[in-house]
Amino acid sequence: MLAFLIQRVLQAIFVMFVVALIAFSLFHYVGDPVLNMLGQEATEADRDMLRSQLGLDQPVVVQFWQFIVNAAQFEFGISYRSARSVSELILERLPATLELATISAIFAVVMGIVLGIYTAIQRGNWLSKFIMTASLIGVSLPTFLIGILLIYLFAVELGWLPAFGRGEVVDLGWWNTGLLTGSGLRSLILPAITLGLFQLTLIMRLVRAEMLEVLRADYIKFARARGLSRRVVNLRHALKNTLIPVITIIGLQLGTIIAFAIITETVFQWPGVGALFITAVRFVDIPVMAAYLMMIALVFVIINLIVDLLYYAVDPRLRVQGGAK
Amino acid sequence: MSQHAERGDVVVPARPGRLRTFLDSDIVYSWKQQPVVIVATLVTLVMFAGALFAPWITPQNPFDPRQIDLIDAFTPPLTTSDFTGTFYLLGSDSQGRDVFSAILYGSRISLLVGFAAVLFALVLGTLLGLSAGFRGGWRDALIMRVADVQLTFPSILMALLIFGVIRGFLPRSMHAEVAIIVLIVAIGLSDWVQYARAVRGATMVEKSKEYVQAARVIGLPDRKILVQHILPNVMRPVLVIGTIGLALAIIAEATLSFLGVGMPATQPSLGTLIRVGQDYMFSGEWWILLFPGVALLMLALSVNLLGDWLRDVLNPKLR
Amino acid sequence: MSSTPNSASSQAERVPAGDEPVLSVRHLRVEFPTRHATLVALDDISFDIAPGEVLGVVGESGAGKSMTGNAVIQLLEPPGHIAGGEVRLSGRRIDDLAEDDFVPLRGRHIGMIFQDPLTSLNPLFSIGDQLIETIRAHLPMNDSQARERALELLREVGIPAPETRLAAYPHQFSGGMRQRVVIALALAAEPELIIADEPTTALDVSVQAQILALLKRLCAERGAAVMLVTHDMGVIAETADRVAVMYAGRLIEIGPVGEVIRHPRHPYTEGLMASIPGITKRLERLYQIEGAMPRLAAIPAGCAFNPRCPHAKARCRSERPELMAAGQSLAACWLHDPVDPLPREPVGQGTDDATQEAR
Repeated sequence: MLAFLIQRVLQAIFVMFVVALIAFSLFHYVGDPVLNMLGQEATEADRDMLRSQLGLDQPVVVQFWQFIVNAAQFEFGISYRSARSVSELILERLPATLELATISAIFAVVMGIVLGIYTAIQRGNWLSKFIMTASLIGVSLPTFLIGILLIYLFAVELGWLPAFGRGEVVDLGWWNTGLLTGSGLRSLILPAITLGLFQLTLIMRLVRAEMLEVLRADYIKFARARGLSRRVVNLRHALKNTLIPVITIIGLQLGTIIAFAIITETVFQWPGVGALFITAVRFVDIPVMAAYLMMIALVFVIINLIVDLLYYAVDPRLRVQGGAK
Repeated sequence: MSQHAERGDVVVPARPGRLRTFLDSDIVYSWKQQPVVIVATLVTLVMFAGALFAPWITPQNPFDPRQIDLIDAFTPPLTTSDFTGTFYLLGSDSQGRDVFSAILYGSRISLLVGFAAVLFALVLGTLLGLSAGFRGGWRDALIMRVADVQLTFPSILMALLIFGVIRGFLPRSMHAEVAIIVLIVAIGLSDWVQYARAVRGATMVEKSKEYVQAARVIGLPDRKILVQHILPNVMRPVLVIGTIGLALAIIAEATLSFLGVGMPATQPSLGTLIRVGQDYMFSGEWWILLFPGVALLMLALSVNLLGDWLRDVLNPKLR
Repeated sequence: MSSTPNSASSQAERVPAGDEPVLSVRHLRVEFPTRHATLVALDDISFDIAPGEVLGVVGESGAGKSMTGNAVIQLLEPPGHIAGGEVRLSGRRIDDLAEDDFVPLRGRHIGMIFQDPLTSLNPLFSIGDQLIETIRAHLPMNDSQARERALELLREVGIPAPETRLAAYPHQFSGGMRQRVVIALALAAEPELIIADEPTTALDVSVQAQILALLKRLCAERGAAVMLVTHDMGVIAETADRVAVMYAGRLIEIGPVGEVIRHPRHPYTEGLMASIPGITKRLERLYQIEGAMPRLAAIPAGCAFNPRCPHAKARCRSERPELMAAGQSLAACWLHDPVDPLPREPVGQGTDDATQEAR
C-alpha cells in the first residue's frame, strides 16, 4: 500500500514538474515579458531595472528554480493585461468555477450512473432506446451549442431561468458563494447542465457498456442461481463490479469538466477562471496562462491520486495482500 | 478440392468490375441497413457540396464589403429588402450580410480547417509514431512521454494553449491574417497523440514480423522498409481515427471561433457566426443565431454519425 | 415432428426408485430465434430424476447438456426460451412460472453449481457476505444466525478453520477450495435438486475426485437429486446412478450407468464409449466416430445421427426415432423398434477395427 502510494505521488510530482517546465518556458520564451509589461515607450534603463527586478538576468536554471518556488507559494507574477497579481485574479474567480464544476460533476456522475444502469437493465425497452439515441446526439454536439440552445429555450422563450451571470453572491470572506441565494441557485442550473451533459452521456454509455459486460459474467449467473432477487443481483453484485473500471474514467472526466468550464463560462458569462483564461489567450497574457496551466495540472494530478486511492478502497484484490492466486 | 488444384486450366470466373465489387461489399450492405447512416451521408454530401460550390451558389460573397449593403441589415428570412430589392432566404445580419451566403462560406472555412487540421495531425502523428515504433530507444521514450503528458489534458485546452503560444510569437497585426493557419496548427498539434499511438503499436507489430526482419537482413535501407512495407500496414487504423477526428476537428474549430480565439468576424466560420449571432438572441433577430447553429448542428451530427459508422465497419475492434 | 409422444413419455416415466420424481421433464423444447431462422437447441427432451439419485448427462459440447440444466432453472441466455413441453419439480409445474415467481425456487428448491469456481464467485464480496446473503434470502434468520449457519456449511464442505476464512475474498482461495465454497452456497438452503454443470472440469485432476465425493456425500445425506452435466465419462462412471446421452439437442439414450457403459444401445453411444480409453477394454487405437455433430442450424431430417451412423437406412433419414426400450435402457434408434427393428450392419460394430480404415 505504502509503496504503491509513494510510486503514485512520485509520478504526480513528475507530471507537475513537466508542466512547470512548460509553463516556465511559456513565460520565458514567448514574447518579451519586460516589453509586455512596460510597453514600447519605456527607456532601456527602465527595462534593465525591471529585468533584474524580475530576476531575468539570472541563469535560466536559477530562474526556473525561482519559478517553481514561487509557484509552490501560489505566486505567478503580474498579469500583463490588468497589471494585477495573477494569484489574486485567480483566487477571486476560483469559487465561481469550482462551484459550477462541482455541481456539474455531481449531476453528471449521479445521472450518468443511474441512466447507465437503467439502460443496461432495461435494454430493449423504448425509453432506453430513446435515451441511447439522445445521448448520441449529446456526444456529437459542441458544448457551446447546447448552452445556447438551453439559454434560448429556458431564458429567452420561457423566461424561467437567467441567461447569464452568477446571480446574487454571498461573500464569506475567503469564499464567495452563489449557493446560498435563490437567484444564485437559479443561475447555476443552466450552466451546470450544459457543462455536465457531455460527461453525463459519456459516463452513461460507459456504465451501460460495462454493466452489460458484467451481467454476462458467471458470478452474476451464479448469484441468480443462488436465488438472489433481481434487485440484489443488479444493484448489489453487478453494480459494484461495474463501478470499478468506471471509476478511473469518471475521475478523468471530472478533470476535463474544469477544462470544459472555459466554454460554458464564456456562453453564460460566468465570472470564473475559465473566462479569465480565454481573455488571457486572446491577449497573450502569459502569466495568467501559465498559472492556469499549473492549476489545471494540479487538479488533474489530485484527481488521479484520489481515483487510485478509491480503486484501492473498492477492490479487495488490490487491498488484501497475499492469498492464493 | 485437390482435384481442382491439379488441373492447370481452371476456368477463372469473369472478374466483376470494381464498382460491382464495391457494391457487393459489407460496407455497402451495412450502409443500406441503417437509415440513420443514409440520412447522415446525404446531409454530409449536401453540406460538403454547398461549402465547395459556395461561390457559385450564393447570391453574394459575404467577405467582400462591396457586395454588402448596410442598409439591408436585419432583414428577416424569406423577405425582399425594401431598399435594395434583394431577396434574403435566411435573412441578413447586422452588416446586411446574407445569412445563407455567410453559412455556406462559413462551412467552407469550418471544413477547410477541419480537413487541414486532421491532415496535419495525421501526418505528424504517423511520422512520430513510425519513428517511435521503428527506431525505439530514446526517440520512443521521449515521444511517448510527451504524448502521455499531453493526453492528461483535454485536447480543446491544448488547442487553446497552443493557439495562445503561437500568437505570442507573432506580431499583433498579423493575428487576423494568419488566424486560419494558426487554428489548423493548434487543432492539429492538440490531436496527433492518438495517431502516433496507433501507428507506433502497429509498427511494432509489423516490425517483428519475419518479412521485415528478412528485408533488414538483406540490407534494404530503413527508409525503404518503412515506406514500402510498414506504412501500408499502419494506414488502416490511421484512417479510422481520421474519420472520427474530422468531426472532432470541426467541433474544435467551431468552439475556438465561438470563444473568440479562432476565425475573426471578418472571415467568419460557423463558430464565429454563432458567436456574433448570440448577441441578437435577446433582441428578436433570432435568424442570425439560429441558422448557423442549425448548420453546425447538422454538420457535426452527420459527420460524427458517419465517422462512428465507418469506424465500426472498418475496425470493430477499435471500439 | 414427434410422431408418437405418448409411447415415449410412458417409457420415460419408468422411475427406478418407484416414488415421485424430484424432477420430471417432458418433451422439453428450447428455441433460439435468430435473424435467419429459429434454432431448436433442445428438442423433445424427457427424463426423470428420483430423490437421492444422480443422473449423469453426457454429450459433446453443443449437444445441449448445459442448456438442459439452464432450462430447468430458467437461466437461459436470451433470446433462448422454453418453447414447449413441461418441467415439474416434486410434481409442481415450474416451466410456466414468471421470472418473479421463479426467483424463490432458485437456491431454495433448485441449486446450481457451475463449471468454473474461479468465476462463479463475485470477486468483490467476501465469502461470508456471499454465504450470509444467500442464507438470508431463503431462511428466516438474522445476521448472527446466518453467520453460524455459514460457518457450519463451510465446515461441512471441508474448509479448514472456517472462522478465519469467512472474511476472506475469493481470490484468496485455491480453485478446489473455491468450488467447495460454491457447493456450500448451492446447498445453503438445502434444495431438493442440484444441477451441477461440469463441476470439476476446471479443477486439477487430484482435486476432482475429492469434490465429486463431497458433492455425492452431501446430496446423499440430504436426499437431494442431482443432475450432473459433464463430458467426462469417467466422472459419470464414478458418480452417477443413471446416465442420459445427448446429441444435437436430443436425448438419444438413457439408462443405468453400468448398463449404458457396458451395453450401449444407440450407435452414437457405442462410438462414444469406444472412444474413451480404458472404459470397456484395452485398445491399441481409440475409436473415432466419423464426421462431426451437426450445427443447430443444419440438423438433418430423421435421426440427427444418421449421416454418421454406420447402420443408417432410408427410414433413419426420414423418420425420427423416439426413445424405445433397449435392454434396461431406452434408446432413440430404429435398431430397437419393437415392431420392425432395423438390421445392424456388420461393419459398424462399435469397437470394430474395420471402421478405422475410413480415416
